Amino acid sequence: MSPGAGVPLWLLLLFPLAGFIINTAIAFTRPSWKGLVSLVGPGAVLAAFAVAVAGFLQLQAPGAPDELTIHLWKWIEAGDLKIDIAFRLDHLSSLMTLVVTGVGGLIHLFSIGYMKSDDGYARYFAYLNLFIVFMLVLVLGSSMPVMFIGWEGVGLCSYLLIGFWYGVQANADAGKKAFIMNRIGDFGFLMAMFLTWHGLGTVDFAEIAEKSSQLVTNGPLVTAIALFIALGCAGKSAQIPLYTWLPDAMAGPTPVSALIHAATMVTAGVYLVVRSNGIFAHAPTASLVVAAIGAATALFAGTIGLRQNDIKKVLAFSTVSQLGLMFLAVGSGAYVAGIFHLVTHAFFKAVLFLGAGSVIHAMHHAYHSTHSHADAQDMRNMGGLRRWMPWTSALMWIATLAIAGIPVFAGFFSKDEILASVFSRGAGQAVFYLFWGLASLTSLLTAIYMGRLMAMTFMGQNRTGEAEQAALHEAPWVMTGPLAVLGLLSLAGGLINLPHFAGGHAWLEHWLEPVLKPSHELVQLTMPEGSTEFALIGFAVLVGVVGLVWGVRAVQRASIATPEHAAPETGFARVLTGQYFIDAIYDRFIVRPVHWFARTVLWKTIDQWLVDGVAVMGSARLLQGFGWLGSRFQTGQLGLYLLLFVAGAVWVLGVVLQ
Amino acid sequence: MAPDLLGPTLALSGILFSIGVLGALLRRNAIILFMCVELMLNAVNLAFVVFARYYGFGGHVLVFFVMTVAAAEAAVGLAIMLALFRHNQTLDLQDINLLHG
Amino acid sequence: MHIVFWIFFASAVVSAAMCILRRNPVSAAMWLVSTMFSLAGIFVIMDAPFLAAIQVLVYAGAVMVLFLFVIMLLNLDVTASDVRGSLSIGGAVAVTGLLIVELGALWVYTPDRLAQELLPAGATTFPGGIPADAMSGNIVLDVAKPLFDAYLIPFEATSVLLLAAVVGAVVLAKRRI
Repeated sequence: MSPGAGVPLWLLLLFPLAGFIINTAIAFTRPSWKGLVSLVGPGAVLAAFAVAVAGFLQLQAPGAPDELTIHLWKWIEAGDLKIDIAFRLDHLSSLMTLVVTGVGGLIHLFSIGYMKSDDGYARYFAYLNLFIVFMLVLVLGSSMPVMFIGWEGVGLCSYLLIGFWYGVQANADAGKKAFIMNRIGDFGFLMAMFLTWHGLGTVDFAEIAEKSSQLVTNGPLVTAIALFIALGCAGKSAQIPLYTWLPDAMAGPTPVSALIHAATMVTAGVYLVVRSNGIFAHAPTASLVVAAIGAATALFAGTIGLRQNDIKKVLAFSTVSQLGLMFLAVGSGAYVAGIFHLVTHAFFKAVLFLGAGSVIHAMHHAYHSTHSHADAQDMRNMGGLRRWMPWTSALMWIATLAIAGIPVFAGFFSKDEILASVFSRGAGQAVFYLFWGLASLTSLLTAIYMGRLMAMTFMGQNRTGEAEQAALHEAPWVMTGPLAVLGLLSLAGGLINLPHFAGGHAWLEHWLEPVLKPSHELVQLTMPEGSTEFALIGFAVLVGVVGLVWGVRAVQRASIATPEHAAPETGFARVLTGQYFIDAIYDRFIVRPVHWFARTVLWKTIDQWLVDGVAVMGSARLLQGFGWLGSRFQTGQLGLYLLLFVAGAVWVLGVVLQ
Repeated sequence: MAPDLLGPTLALSGILFSIGVLGALLRRNAIILFMCVELMLNAVNLAFVVFARYYGFGGHVLVFFVMTVAAAEAAVGLAIMLALFRHNQTLDLQDINLLHG
Repeated sequence: MHIVFWIFFASAVVSAAMCILRRNPVSAAMWLVSTMFSLAGIFVIMDAPFLAAIQVLVYAGAVMVLFLFVIMLLNLDVTASDVRGSLSIGGAVAVTGLLIVELGALWVYTPDRLAQELLPAGATTFPGGIPADAMSGNIVLDVAKPLFDAYLIPFEATSVLLLAAVVGAVVLAKRRI
């Protein structure tokens, strides 16, 4: 046990793991014991949260070491390669554990209400607990292989939870799609791991950070490593080109979307980049690529969000877009800004998703009571829900203001910091001004589509139908309670990195300093000061306000028809609603050729013909042939035998004569 | 006699032996096949005798043995042919192929 | 003396050739008898009169007679084609040709080699052979004596063999055992 044995780190993992095991047992034996599951599932995560807080406080204490590491056991030992199962609680991972267990715990509580009437209740919580375990392994992993265990594990849980209602083909397909696209990213992670081992001789994060000063800046090795990491992150964090699984992942239960696809799993990519800041600092070209991908994805997803009608899809594309902003941040070297936005985004996006969950819950209830088959998630069926769901509406407005970057709310500070950092990089490389422009445009679009969402859902006339209105009601307190907590965090979350002009101490920046040491040797961002700073802030706020108003007014001016009466989309709107038809393109140009290759070449040709036919049957037939040849000698004819006899004798005589 | 008859006599022995082999391989009648075998044995006897003439009397004893064994073999072999003939009604070796596999 | 040898030589070769070429088994048997007589003559030239006599008495007189008995007993059909197809002839000729080549090599090779390798310097017999000066002159005695001292065991074994042959022949030839 290393220093800091005061907090048993392994408890962090033990609680959710125990929760998983118990819930699995219940799921297999007594699935109707929902009360016990409600206790164990969220309880495990809240207990883990308590341990995370304790760990954080311990690190916070003056004079405390920068990190706590525990080595559980030796995993791989082969020659020079030594990998232990070891977990490290340092400043960054401590923050992440707080987010994961805190937001995760709240979502667990929300799920008690949301999934109340589902038969797979125990299974749901089992999977959710397992997810927390793997996410913590990912965040606490002290070396790349251990992190990879978590990386893969959250991919697995994502698959299990997206396809939770696997009876519907589309859900199962969505789960598969997520997993397979993640795998492509995993290849990138693995290659990065191998190259790191090859180049640096270690895969432990602390050692990588130390040795990163030896790296040749912008050399082929470090660029390759960084780009492969970027590939892994593109898969996990849904960036171009591997983002299409995230919208489809909305097929899972809404709390899952909130936890996994907004707050935690998809942020693993950002986390990895910040962890590897030593490498990225030495690979400016690769970092530029990351920033470019982030900016492009942000804008791209933002445009799609303008024209989606399913409430969850809007939020999904919003997530992709915000992740793009985070990647833009870390690609520009603004690691603190990226983490800051990660945390605030976790808060307000969770509110948005959970709020949407409450709305969908109520709509389901309404349609169920009238036996209607209308889509409970389609915003064209909603409207004016503020009347029946005041709390949900209010809390979602808080989150909307946060995401739009309105001052005081959390998102304002984090998004602002990103924009400012990118702008300041522009002084060195002009392309960053372009990125800033794209990010600002994205902010505008964000505000527009969020305004549109809120207007279509909570404002104006109700389009659900007279009969259903009677059944609409606010969500129960077990759902609204966590929503409120998260809403509060969305309001106050900016405090963790309050910049100087607002009277704060930039706490987060100082907190993350030990982690960012390797990159600070090379890159020091000079943030804009004085008038430039205020101009940027003013511009961003203006963008946010304009966007919100625009979005709301656009909805209020148009008359929205319910899905069955809606006219088909035309022109560019159609392209946006169809999500630029990327799925179809992928299917045509990637999926089908791969299928063809697998079926025709690999299966029919290589497996059936070559292996079965030539190798297996061929060798059998060859031996049969030899046997047949041998049998031709057994004629039973004395004459032939005599001939062979004499021939043999002659041959022997010849040999003797030599 | 000078050893100069050794060569020709051995040549004769070889020729007779070869003729016997040729006959054994060419003929289909079992009895004639057997006769060719006897011919081969005779050729060998000749070789023994000529060596005995020039290199010591042990050869004569061996000839004696060969003849004895040949006689015994002829007796048994012909008995077999009788049995074979009774079974197949023919001694044509091409038609006797019970060992065919 | 050499003339006689060459006459017997020619006779033996011709008789053997005719033996293997005749279709009629009786003719073949007679030609074989002729071969044996030629060989007996050569035996005499080779200072082995006893063996010559034995050859005529036992081989030609008993064994071939037995052959003829059996041939006539079986009343073999002569008319069927008695020689094999061309592939077999080809194979037979090829193999026999090789044999002749090898025997030729052996024949050219043997006299010198025998003299150098197999006989130690000065010796006149093979190891295990009986030197000429140990001969008593009585031709029967010369063959019989080694049978009872040097070659006793093969002698006894042969007698057992003969017994076995007799029994075997009787059993095999019976119509009903």
